Amino acid sequence: MIKAELQAIYVMWLRQMKRFVRSKSRIIASIVQPLFFLVILGGGFSTAQLPGVETNYIYYIAPGIIAMAILFSSMFTGVSVLWDKQFGFMQEVLVAPISRFSIVIGRTLGGATTALIQGFIILFIAIAMGTPITGALGLVLTLVFMILIAFTAVGFGLILASRMNDFQGFQIIMNLIIFPLFFLSSAIFPIGSNPNLPDIIIKISYINPLFYMVDGLRGSLTGANYLVDPMINLGIVLIICVIMLTLGSFMFSKSEA
Amino acid sequence: MEIIQTHNLTKKFDKLTAVDNVSFSVKEGEIFGFLGPNGAGKTTTIKMLTTLLNPTGGSAEVAGYNIIKQRDMVRQNIGVVFQEPALDIELTGQENLEYHARMYGLSKNKRENRIKDVLQLVDLENKKKVFVKNYSGGMKRRLEIARGLMHYPKVLFLDEPTLGLDSQTRRAIWSNIKKMNKEEGTTIFLTTHYMEEADFLCDRVGIIDYGKILTIDSTLNLKNSVGNDVITLSSADNKKLIEKLEKEPWIKNIKQYDSFITLGVEKGEEKIPVIIEIGQKQNIRIKSISVRKPTLDDVFLHFTGRTIRDQENNNHMNNILPQRFIRRRR
Repeated sequence: MIKAELQAIYVMWLRQMKRFVRSKSRIIASIVQPLFFLVILGGGFSTAQLPGVETNYIYYIAPGIIAMAILFSSMFTGVSVLWDKQFGFMQEVLVAPISRFSIVIGRTLGGATTALIQGFIILFIAIAMGTPITGALGLVLTLVFMILIAFTAVGFGLILASRMNDFQGFQIIMNLIIFPLFFLSSAIFPIGSNPNLPDIIIKISYINPLFYMVDGLRGSLTGANYLVDPMINLGIVLIICVIMLTLGSFMFSKSEA
Repeated sequence: MEIIQTHNLTKKFDKLTAVDNVSFSVKEGEIFGFLGPNGAGKTTTIKMLTTLLNPTGGSAEVAGYNIIKQRDMVRQNIGVVFQEPALDIELTGQENLEYHARMYGLSKNKRENRIKDVLQLVDLENKKKVFVKNYSGGMKRRLEIARGLMHYPKVLFLDEPTLGLDSQTRRAIWSNIKKMNKEEGTTIFLTTHYMEEADFLCDRVGIIDYGKILTIDSTLNLKNSVGNDVITLSSADNKKLIEKLEKEPWIKNIKQYDSFITLGVEKGEEKIPVIIEIGQKQNIRIKSISVRKPTLDDVFLHFTGRTIRDQENNNHMNNILPQRFIRRRR
């Protein structure tokens, strides 16, 4: 029985990996877009003076872009459950003698793996461009943050997918929720230490879960420009991750084909 | 032995009762068909029997296991081919089969052999490395049937197996279904709204309409219940003619429809002159008359009072007209 469940998890994971490797355009797009941010936006602002940015701007934006790449990619794989619903493949999975829990684990692992691959590519490019590293421990912590971001976003994607029936809803959520949250996360520019922003926006940025992910990643990778101690960030992100994953898998297992 | 048995199976969606106290059984090894128009409750029944939907009343056993309490055992013992394709089009045909086999716990050796067998059964051996997105509609359907058979299910459910396929492909799929029923002894439960399909494939047919089973019998018996021959006629005064015809003992049954009458009789060609004579005596002009062997269409007409096509037009009208303009026929 356990062997069958492991097989099921493996199948769900393998399927996503195969689809990922085969869709060349998706891989290229998912790497080129963050690269534009990093090279063009980062390069263009590299010598700009921003309150709260102590280093070259490229090194400030690099962790934010890594977080963005992982976030968007894993959220998309979470929501791609919708494709399976629309193309009927979900029914095939749901009539198989495997638990919904294994299906969720397999999907989450698959989604997180593909997102992490993209995240790592950006990370290597950023390091190659000269982003300073705090050391081995910092890199390990960076890795942990990347994994947590991936799982959280897949969980969030699963929640969306079990509440929605088509892709229009996903577009609206992306524009109305994800982009504002992303801009308020200090990924592209600092918010907490910025005197030009209204107080209310600064306050909102502190209840934004993405802020702790980006800030944690920044603190552990570059050791500069961060506001909150990485370990405190780690705790907060871990809690958010557990909540999202639990909620996501619960809601997914309740949804019907 | 009964391999599917339902007891007052019921499914209600808000106000609509999709499946209404349905009780029937399917014998091991037979091809059993549900025949009915769109929206009759066929797919809902399949979804309940395959554990995708929970019934709101009644219960059922499939392969000896309860569909509510022993879901996993039911799932292990059934194969399903859904109405809409349920393949991963980004994978090859072989990968679709392999992933399916893994989910059902087949070992590596068994997997490889079985994939070869089922692909042979549906004639897709030389397409196994092709991505499913490049398959034609008929090939996809055949691959799904093959996949449904991968894990040696005791019962294979086929929901409208030839919907939207051309007649050549339909023939091919029919022969696939017959073949697997014969070679592997798989019990097959299928739904269809094609008369020829039920007629060609099924050992027994259940006629379902508005969520209720109207009759279940072998296709031969169903056709006989209408009469050995069916005479269809229309006249200047159908009502008056029926009054006369009802007195004739050789007529098994009479049905009046909007513009025509059908009679179930023996030796139909000998009865045509007799009917014309009766008409002439009453001064009723017979406009047209024909005799033919009964089809399942006649059976459906006999039990529901309308043809499947009528019903579909009616459903269509229901969709486009506001509810208050519709008077239900029953």
